[in-house]
Amino acid sequence: MKPVIAENISKHFKSTAALQHISFEVDKAEIFGLIGPDGAGKTTLFRILNTLLIPTEGTASVLGQDTIRDYKYIRHHVGYMPGRFSLYEDLSVEENLNFYATIFQTSIEENYSLIEKIYKQIEAFKDRKAGNLSGGMKQKLALSCALIHKPKLLFLDEPTTGVDAVSRKEFWSMLKDLKQHGITILVSTPYMDEAEQCDRVALMQSGHIMDIDKPAGIVSKFNHRLFAVYPENIYEALQLLKTSPITHTAQIFGQSIHWVPKENFSEAEILNFMHSNNLNYKVDSPNIEDCFMEMM
Amino acid sequence: MKRFWGFVIKEFKHIFRDYRTMIILFGMPVAQILIFGFVITNDIKDAEIAVLDHSKDQTTHEIVNKLTASGYFILKDNLESEKEIEPTFQSGKIKQVIIFGNDFGKKLVSEGSADIQIIADASDPNTANLLVNYTSAIIRDYTMSLNAEKTMNATIVPEVRMLFNQSLDGAYMFIPGIIALILILVSAMMTSITIAREKEMGTMEVLLISPLRPTHIIMGKVAPYIVIAFINAITVIFMGFFVFKVPLEGSLALLLIESLLYIFMSLSLGIFISTKSNSQQVAMFISMFALMLPTVLLSGFIFPIENMPGWLQAITYIMPPRYFIDIVKNILLKGTGLAFVWKETLAILGFTVLFIALSVKNFKIRLE
Repeated sequence: MKPVIAENISKHFKSTAALQHISFEVDKAEIFGLIGPDGAGKTTLFRILNTLLIPTEGTASVLGQDTIRDYKYIRHHVGYMPGRFSLYEDLSVEENLNFYATIFQTSIEENYSLIEKIYKQIEAFKDRKAGNLSGGMKQKLALSCALIHKPKLLFLDEPTTGVDAVSRKEFWSMLKDLKQHGITILVSTPYMDEAEQCDRVALMQSGHIMDIDKPAGIVSKFNHRLFAVYPENIYEALQLLKTSPITHTAQIFGQSIHWVPKENFSEAEILNFMHSNNLNYKVDSPNIEDCFMEMM
Repeated sequence: MKRFWGFVIKEFKHIFRDYRTMIILFGMPVAQILIFGFVITNDIKDAEIAVLDHSKDQTTHEIVNKLTASGYFILKDNLESEKEIEPTFQSGKIKQVIIFGNDFGKKLVSEGSADIQIIADASDPNTANLLVNYTSAIIRDYTMSLNAEKTMNATIVPEVRMLFNQSLDGAYMFIPGIIALILILVSAMMTSITIAREKEMGTMEVLLISPLRPTHIIMGKVAPYIVIAFINAITVIFMGFFVFKVPLEGSLALLLIESLLYIFMSLSLGIFISTKSNSQQVAMFISMFALMLPTVLLSGFIFPIENMPGWLQAITYIMPPRYFIDIVKNILLKGTGLAFVWKETLAILGFTVLFIALSVKNFKIRLE
C-alpha cells in the first residue's frame, strides 16, 4: 500500500478553484517534492492530505486510510510542519518539544534517537524562548516537534522559506537521514533549485500538476537549445532579447540570462545575433526552473 | 489524562509568562472595584455650601450647626447679600446656598413659620437633588425637635427605613455588578482570545492534527481560567467586605458556588465566541461589545431595569449577568438562600448548556 494516493482531487473556495483534478502517488520512504510558486495550491493539497480540509471532489488515502472517514488514524500517525513554524514563542525550546511529546503520549527520551542529529544542533539553546530563535533554529525545532512521535509520514509545508542558505542545505541532508529511518516525506517548496534534492517532484502551477518525475527525468524532457548569456547590463540585455524575433524565451538566472532561441534559427544566425549585440554567451544545460517556465 | 495535563500546564505557562495578561487578570478586578468605589460614587460627603443669613439669630445658628455636624456639608462661606449668590455658584466650588429670611427665629415663634430658601447648583442634577433632600430632611428634623418641646400640632411623620442598605451606600449596588462584570470579562474574553490566538499563530493546525480531542483542547484552555476567575471572585467579595463594608448576610458557600456556575457560563460563552472568530482582535471586539456594554448597561448594574422601556426590558432577559447580579444581591444583602434564587440559578444553568451546545456544534475539527 502506497503511503499517499490522491485521486482526482479538486478543491474550490467559493468560486475560485484552488486545486483541479490532482492525482499522484507517493512511495514508501521517498522524498516527494511539490514544487511551485506561491498560490499554486501546495498548502491546500497538504491540508487535504493531512485531513484538515475536505476536497470538493476526489478521494485521497494516506497510510492506507481514507482522509475523510479515518481522519483520526491519520492524525495519530503523521507529522505535520505548517508553513509558519507552529511553535509557542513564549515557551522555551525544550518546553515546546516536551509539549508536543506529551500530547502524542510519548517522551523526548523515547524517540530521542530519531531527532538526535537535528535536536543536538539546538540543544545548547534549550532554555531559550522559541520566539528568540533564528529562522534556521526555529526550523530545526519545528522539525523535531513534528518528528517526536515517530510518524510514518511527514508533511513539510515550505520548510525552507525564510531560512538562510546554509541552514537550507543542512535541512535537506537531515531529510535524507530521516528517509533512512523509513519515513516517507512529502515536502513543498517554492525554490526550484531544491527540486534536485527530492527523489521525485510534482511541478505545480495554478492548481494543476504539470508533470511528475524524477528531477533528472524532468530536465531530460527539455528539448530546446539553451544558452547562458552574460551581459554587462542584465536588464537592458533582457529587454533586447525579449523583443528579438529569434527569441523563444529569456529569463534572468542569477548573474546570467537563460536564453532559448526559436528552433528554426541556425547556429550561425545565433552567433551573428550575439556578436552584433556584443553579448557573451555559452551553451548551458537546462535546470528545473527552465523546465518549469517552459511548461507554463 | 497525561495529555490533558500537559496541555493545561502549557496554558498556565502562557498566562504566567505574559506580564500584560497577568496585570489584566489580577489588576483589573482591584482597579475596577477601587474606581467604582471611590470615583463613581453617588454618596454625598463634604459638599461645600454657603449661607446667606439675614437674621443671624440663635435658631439659624443652630440649623447651620446641625447641617455641618451631619458630615454631609462643609460651611465654606458666609454671604452678605443676594448679589453674591450668583458669583459664588459660578466659581464652581459651592454646591448649595441656604438663605434665611429676616427675623427668622422671631417669626418662627410668633407666626409658627419662617422663610428659608435652598438654592442648589443643578448643573449636576443628581447631586443637586440629593443635597436638597438631605438639607430638607435635616431642617425637618430640627423643626420636629422644636415641636416636640411644645407638644402641639398633630403632624404625621413617616418613619422611613431603607431596608438592606440603611445608609443608601453605593457600594451595595456596584459590588454585585462588578463581580458579574469581572467574571464575565476574565472568563469569556480571555478564553476566546487564547483560543483565537492558537488559530492566528497557526498552532491550532498542529493541535488538530494530533491525538488531542476537541474536548481536551477546550477543557485545557478553560481550566486555568476557572482557577483565575474564582480567585477574582473571592478578591472582589473580600474587598467589598473589608474595604467597602458590604455585608455578607447569606451563605458564603452558596455565593461561591453560584459564582462558579456563572464562571462556567462565561467560559462556555467565551468558547462559543472563539468558534466564531479567527483572530484575537475579532474575539476581543466581540467580547467587548457583546459582554462589556450589555453587562454595564442592561443588567441592572447601574441603571435600574424597571425604568427601561418595555422592549429594552425584554432584551435584559437574555443578559446572563442580569440573573447573576440578582443572585449576588440576594445573597449578599438580603441573606436569602437557594430557595429564593433558584429561578435565576436555573437561568444561568440554561445559558451554560446553551453555550456549550453551540460551541460543540461550531467547534471545527478541520479548517474551513
